[in-house]
Amino acid sequence: MCLGVPGKIVDVREVDGIRMGTVDFGGITREACLAYAPEAGLDSWVVIHVGFAISVVDEEEARRSYELLAEMGNLEDIDLPQTPEGVRAEDYRPAPRPEAR
Amino acid sequence: MRFIDEYRDDRIARALLAEVGGIVTRPWVLMEVCGGQTHTLIRQGIDQLLPPQVELVHGPGCPVCVTPLALIDEAIAIAKRPDAILCSFGDMLRVPGSSEDLFMARAAGGDVRVVYSPLDALEVARRNPDRTVVFFAVGFETTAPANAMAVRQARQLGIDNFALLVAHVLVPPAILAILVSPGNRVQGFLAPGHVCAVEGWRDYEPIAHDFGVPIVVTGFEPVDLLEGIRMAVTQLEEGRAEVENQYVRAVVREGNAAARAVVHDVFEPCDRAWRGIGVIPNSGLRLRGAYRAHDAELRFPREGEPASESELCMAGEVLRGRVRPIDCPAFGTACTPESPLGAPMVSSEGACAAYFLAGRRREEVPV
Repeated sequence: MCLGVPGKIVDVREVDGIRMGTVDFGGITREACLAYAPEAGLDSWVVIHVGFAISVVDEEEARRSYELLAEMGNLEDIDLPQTPEGVRAEDYRPAPRPEAR
Repeated sequence: MRFIDEYRDDRIARALLAEVGGIVTRPWVLMEVCGGQTHTLIRQGIDQLLPPQVELVHGPGCPVCVTPLALIDEAIAIAKRPDAILCSFGDMLRVPGSSEDLFMARAAGGDVRVVYSPLDALEVARRNPDRTVVFFAVGFETTAPANAMAVRQARQLGIDNFALLVAHVLVPPAILAILVSPGNRVQGFLAPGHVCAVEGWRDYEPIAHDFGVPIVVTGFEPVDLLEGIRMAVTQLEEGRAEVENQYVRAVVREGNAAARAVVHDVFEPCDRAWRGIGVIPNSGLRLRGAYRAHDAELRFPREGEPASESELCMAGEVLRGRVRPIDCPAFGTACTPESPLGAPMVSSEGACAAYFLAGRRREEVPV
């Protein structure tokens, strides 16, 4: 129920006296109410919940906190699951199937 | 950045898991309040990857699960009226009432429509002026601004045939109820990020202080949750009990001022019964006097008392984090998502559904 999905505003307009807009979720667009994101304009990222922008994504803050995480992810000595020796994912091809008759 | 994929990176997740393992020195019990977070934790198996000292218990943050039986029966009764249309989020349709659910009401000829947003329900009302359109307003603080706007627009545009059946609940009173309940084991909380996006976290500060529990406002992706867990465990190990914010990209302390203003104009706090838990003081919202004309409970007064809950179902214990879904004898046998005894097996935020969909079964539990 409290699902919120980040999307980018690609259009802003007014409908029945409230601020509405179109939000792009990685290629899929939807109508959303922008009344609660008055500071968000075109190209702003917002978190959409049941058709309403409830929060404007702070891109600067997001980038800063993510960089800290990413740094940690790279610096730590991590045991990533390994592909079996001698097998590389890009070399893998499924066995050819017999042609249908 | 797309603000999703980056927070699903398994390298960062593993680094965070390793960090938690490095700081934990003794057992701690954390509760994630929100059912959406429960689903991510269980689906990704994060509860099983954490060091054994860190135990996660699942909270009551599933609005569909805690909506009282009486209100579900009322929604079903409204749906069956020829002069009414019941609009709802899809989650609600399979939730068992006393003797049936909204799907059965629809099969019997009731007009039940699934909508994505309360504004869609308002549009249904505009197009059907001769019938009363009731939107089943279920949800936490996150959803309240949307429902408040729908009612405000109905009044503004003179759409008098639009009403709300309000079942709104609030998170801080529920956290308090858990903390004062006898035998409480929870020592720290992950607070729901989107609830706090709306209301901020000021209400959580006295709770953290008075009860000595760390509360970390946390997002919903695997990396968010692991970082929230790391922050909570760090506080516990250091003997701190503060409100911290993991979800910095979407939440500020004051919340969303524009949304709060409309919510507080339309709704006021009230006592509310939580299914499986009981009445929690000041834990709900109801329409203020100026908007009572849009209150479905006043338009369609309730008839009769609801029948009792299933005797097998342990939903109340699950919602308070006292037992795990797989501890319930009905789990996966008498109770499945297709044929649920209790709401937590239905909802996309219910803990029982999370366990069932992730393939957890009773027989796999080590004794």
